[in-house]
Amino acid sequence: MFLTYLRRELRRRGKAALVVASGLALGIALVIVVSSVSTGMKRAQDEVLESLYGLGTDMTVTKAQQPPEEEERSRRPRFRFDAGQGGEEQSNERLAVQGFQTLGADTVGTIAEQDGVAAAVGGLSLNSVTVDGEFTPGEPRGRGGPGEPAGGVEGGGADFRVDTYTLYGTDVRTPGLGPLTSSAITDGRGFQEDETGADVAVVDSAHARSEDIAVGDILDITGTGFEVVGIATADSGQPAAQVYIPLERAQELADAGDAITTVYVRATDSQRIEDVESAVLKEVPGTTVTTSADLAKTVSGSLGTAADLAEGVGRWLSYAVLAAAFLVAGLLTSSAVGRRVREFGTLKALGWRSGRVTRQVMGESLANGLLGGGLGIALGCAVAYAVTVAGPTLTASLGAAPGTATAGPGPARGAGRLLEQEGERALEIALTAPVDLRVIASAVALAVAGGLVAGAFGAWRAARLRPAEALRRVA
Amino acid sequence: MYRLTGVTKRYARGEKSVHALDGVDLTVEDGERLVVQGPTGGGKSTFLQMLGGLDRPTSGSVELDGTDLARLGESKLTRLRAERIGFVFQGFNLIPTLTARENVETALVPLGVKAAARRRRAAEALESVGLGERLGHLPGEMSGGQQQRVAIARALVKQPDVLLADEPTGNLDESMRDEVMEVLEGRWRTHGLTFVLVTHDSAIARRATRVATVRNGRLTTERVDRPEGGAAGRSGGMAGGAARR
Ligand SMILES: Nc1ncnc2c1ncn2[C@@H]1O[C@H](COP(=O)(O)OP(=O)(O)O)[C@@H](O)[C@H]1O
Ligand SMILES: [Mg+2]
Repeated sequence: MFLTYLRRELRRRGKAALVVASGLALGIALVIVVSSVSTGMKRAQDEVLESLYGLGTDMTVTKAQQPPEEEERSRRPRFRFDAGQGGEEQSNERLAVQGFQTLGADTVGTIAEQDGVAAAVGGLSLNSVTVDGEFTPGEPRGRGGPGEPAGGVEGGGADFRVDTYTLYGTDVRTPGLGPLTSSAITDGRGFQEDETGADVAVVDSAHARSEDIAVGDILDITGTGFEVVGIATADSGQPAAQVYIPLERAQELADAGDAITTVYVRATDSQRIEDVESAVLKEVPGTTVTTSADLAKTVSGSLGTAADLAEGVGRWLSYAVLAAAFLVAGLLTSSAVGRRVREFGTLKALGWRSGRVTRQVMGESLANGLLGGGLGIALGCAVAYAVTVAGPTLTASLGAAPGTATAGPGPARGAGRLLEQEGERALEIALTAPVDLRVIASAVALAVAGGLVAGAFGAWRAARLRPAEALRRVA
Repeated sequence: MYRLTGVTKRYARGEKSVHALDGVDLTVEDGERLVVQGPTGGGKSTFLQMLGGLDRPTSGSVELDGTDLARLGESKLTRLRAERIGFVFQGFNLIPTLTARENVETALVPLGVKAAARRRRAAEALESVGLGERLGHLPGEMSGGQQQRVAIARALVKQPDVLLADEPTGNLDESMRDEVMEVLEGRWRTHGLTFVLVTHDSAIARRATRVATVRNGRLTTERVDRPEGGAAGRSGGMAGGAARR
């Protein structure tokens, strides 16, 4: 009887059911859209992060930023030019460690030993700065006579150009981790694992294009010739560096001993990232650990804004709509019971227990909820699909280059800024709105919850109804 | 069968309260046919509710075969309604989305009758009220008389001990009234069950064993002597004894 009655009610009062259901459907669809768009945002952010760190990097470890000290400042590159009479062309290339902060190579081993670490690899980020041009000394002027200025130098000057590019020393023995993994070799080959001391280089495709570099060319890096063996193209956005060379060679050229700037770490599973982070901070003091979650916070631009919107306003809006839909569904169900007082009173007069009447009301409401869930899922998926097809483009900017992702505004960084490559990394990413099974499952759960909540309103009213109502309300 | 003692029902209405029933004493014998008459608002429906265990008196007791309905727990009372009491309402009170047969089945649901038996018994009950051809019809597809016959089938399908009917023909025009009364009278004659029937129809009243009048919450009865053949005659005035002392 329960099912027969339920089926009959739904079929013959379909319109009323549809009203309740479509309210719920709207709320559920909104939840689906918001959460799928958020997922899409997250994916877009992951893509941004991957382009910087390479696939599978869960965190990076860098030396903690400290105010530069005297000793350190002296390590900054100095350019010396002769200001000879002739003003002839001079050129000078310097390699500087990005951020000037380095870690010892043993850090990699220490980190790799921590529980939960699947792999760790070190790398050295350098900036190459070339200054070339003419430098002319000034003419002494004025004799210091009465009424004349106290003499000085006049007309001295320099006419020079500054070229910079980023250079990354990569550990060729661990090709599976590190920034180069987010680029594909599109010409030539990648590094071989035995090329630790070889003078070979892989050049980013964009840099190769602008500098007219091809596989087989010899690249001059502070006087040493490196053979270009491959061209790498970043999977999306900007590459981590413009030129890649073996780590050991980079350390020698920069006179950096066995120093590295960044350790790239992959955790055994993403649940353990936090454990690893605290272990590293404990075992290797004076470091900054940047997890992908930290880095995601530095993503700005329309992606950042949209992600914030989806996370904040969108989520609250969908909850609010959902709550409203629940409430409206509840009131509609309650008023439907109100219109059926005589019907339910009659059933009670016939000896139906309150529980049986209540169950009937709940059953109808649950069916409405499921109908709403079905409609909502269909609507939500349709909208999510439309978003994916339309694929609105978002731009993402990252505040800082790898290794300085958490850099604070240290004092006295003046000239250093140029070398630190603080330029924004901007990426364009098409937004998708993937609907995963978890979202569908929670939509179904919401539908059931909505049905139960609405049903509870009605059931409460139906349960309190006296059987005498059957006689009372005569049409 | 029934023994009512000092049954009073008060409804609070705003500041003052209404005495829908005011100290009703009455005994109803097994197999009796009691017709209840009286002005609108006199308390007839309230009286029927007391008999049917639909509501509890404010004070007094309603004993059905020794069980006081006023003091029976809710679930026992529900069970008693399901098993022993059949109701017929003025407004038919059929469930509009269920077919005639399903409506009749609803009376068997609380008794735990299995689906197949339920369907069979519902069909038989409908046949006995002359609606064997209408099992699958919805209330909206039937005349008022037919709907009330479905309601009668619903009330009788469980073979109750008491049939309570509150103005069963009140919403029907003359021809339908006859068709419904015919069915009720047929049952009246053939079954040994107790009838309590609220009606304004004096023709029906004449065929009752006793007529009760409810006015301002007070009930009086008079016995009706029925000569053989059904022609109603009234004699003996208050032979049944005034219930109200
Ligand atoms: N649920 C109720 N609340 C308040 N007053 C009621 C209620 N039911 C009945 N009454 C009042 O009790 C009196 C008797 O009503 P009722 O038994 O329906 O009379 P009848 O059926 O004879 O027309 C009337 O005055 C009516 O207004
Ligand atoms: Mg009445």
